[in-house]
Amino acid sequence: MAERSEDSEEVKLLGMWASPFSRRIEIALTLKGVPYEFSEQDITNKSDLLLRLNPVYKMIPVLVHNGKPISESLVILEYIDDTWRNNPILPQDPSERAMARFWAKLIDQQICVAAMKVAGTIGEERDAAVEETRNLLMFLEKELVGKDFFGGQSLGLVDIVATLVAFWLIRTEDLLGVKVVPVEKFPEIHRWVKNLSGNDVIKKCIPPEDEHLEYIRARMDKLNIKSA
Amino acid sequence: MPHRSNIGKRINVSHPILLSFLTHSHAPKLSVSDKMASGEVKLIGAWASPFVMRPRVALNLKSVPYEFLQETFGSKSELLLKSNPVHKKIPVLLHADKPVCESNIIVEYIDETWSSSGPSLLPSLPYDRAMARFWAAYIDEKWFVALRNFLKAEGEEEKKAVIAEFEEGNALLEKAFIDCSKGKPFFNGDHIGYLDISLGSFLAWLRVTELAASYKLLDEAKTPSLCKWADHFCNDPAVKPVMPETAKLAEFAKKIFAKPQA
Repeated sequence: MAERSEDSEEVKLLGMWASPFSRRIEIALTLKGVPYEFSEQDITNKSDLLLRLNPVYKMIPVLVHNGKPISESLVILEYIDDTWRNNPILPQDPSERAMARFWAKLIDQQICVAAMKVAGTIGEERDAAVEETRNLLMFLEKELVGKDFFGGQSLGLVDIVATLVAFWLIRTEDLLGVKVVPVEKFPEIHRWVKNLSGNDVIKKCIPPEDEHLEYIRARMDKLNIKSA
Repeated sequence: MPHRSNIGKRINVSHPILLSFLTHSHAPKLSVSDKMASGEVKLIGAWASPFVMRPRVALNLKSVPYEFLQETFGSKSELLLKSNPVHKKIPVLLHADKPVCESNIIVEYIDETWSSSGPSLLPSLPYDRAMARFWAAYIDEKWFVALRNFLKAEGEEEKKAVIAEFEEGNALLEKAFIDCSKGKPFFNGDHIGYLDISLGSFLAWLRVTELAASYKLLDEAKTPSLCKWADHFCNDPAVKPVMPETAKLAEFAKKIFAKPQA
């Protein structure tokens, strides 16, 4: 069974253009100069391919490399760093690696959840969700003091994961009608967002702003969430 | 087996560095990993916590002596609050006073820091590592949640639904074990590793739940490989000293679940 050498290196990403979890994989692959085929998925009508490649969660993103599928964005990011060793996403030092993994987990399991509560609730419940999000973000604020990026002078795992905060939470504040991350309270985070926005890889890999906001507005209408 | 008290002062002639000094004419340089690995190790935890058990097994596998700082149930020490201000939870590893939090993250830290000691806790191939991480996340986010829901379930209908969900998870893990172990006794192959530790740490609580519910949650008929694996895991010398005894844990469970609602 002769395989073309190009096939054995084939990288395919099943993703969705507006998903922060899908975009972070694109950032990592682009950072490392890994060519990949992107397969846009309709998550409202999941393809047989997606269901076959991610039977456990049935979600994007799924990375397929050498014919083998890998799901869960944090697992995929570590796989990418393990496989393509140039431009490392994780630091060398074990305690710094542990901290990076710690912050990545905090962002996905708590900050993301709290931010979604802000979008999905009103009144007192929303106020509580805003406060919870801000309390969690304060830890990230302190982490950024004296650094251009969470990864130091260049993008690292936490920067890639935290694009969720920069381009999905902060970007949609006007639509949500609440400044969850005001610049007076979070000057470091805002400085970091400026640094991110000037980075070529980030610029290339995040959803275009107008289309993104339009998409979110439409979704909010569909879910009967009042948009500002 | 590493002692929980301070390292003994006896010189161990079979120690690799000392042996190298005796057999070479020049003084050996400490490798980078040895430098990283030096420094006092403490673990803040509690004997009954499955999450605390994870770094304890890892430290045992790497023969790293450590001081176990037991938290009193129902209160949090100053040291814990200072070392884990974000979550205020155990376990916390303190290595030369630097804290590392989150059980699976601590296990990876232990593997990376004491990389030249004992077997590797994660597989060497990136794809196999990804599978270990994927299933460890699944265990914490889905499987353990189903186990907790089983404890909380009231009424026959709810119990049936939770059991079905839990057994679906077991079937997935049975297949994952066959795929990952490739015929060897552990998920990690010949030796206990990251994924074995992540699932194995729940076995004592699983047994206590089985006793309380009079229901076999891990059934030889349905998941024969997992049951064999559980046996191997529980009998491993790195696991035995830190696996809570079922009877003692059952007593403890009765006490904490009997607490009146606040």
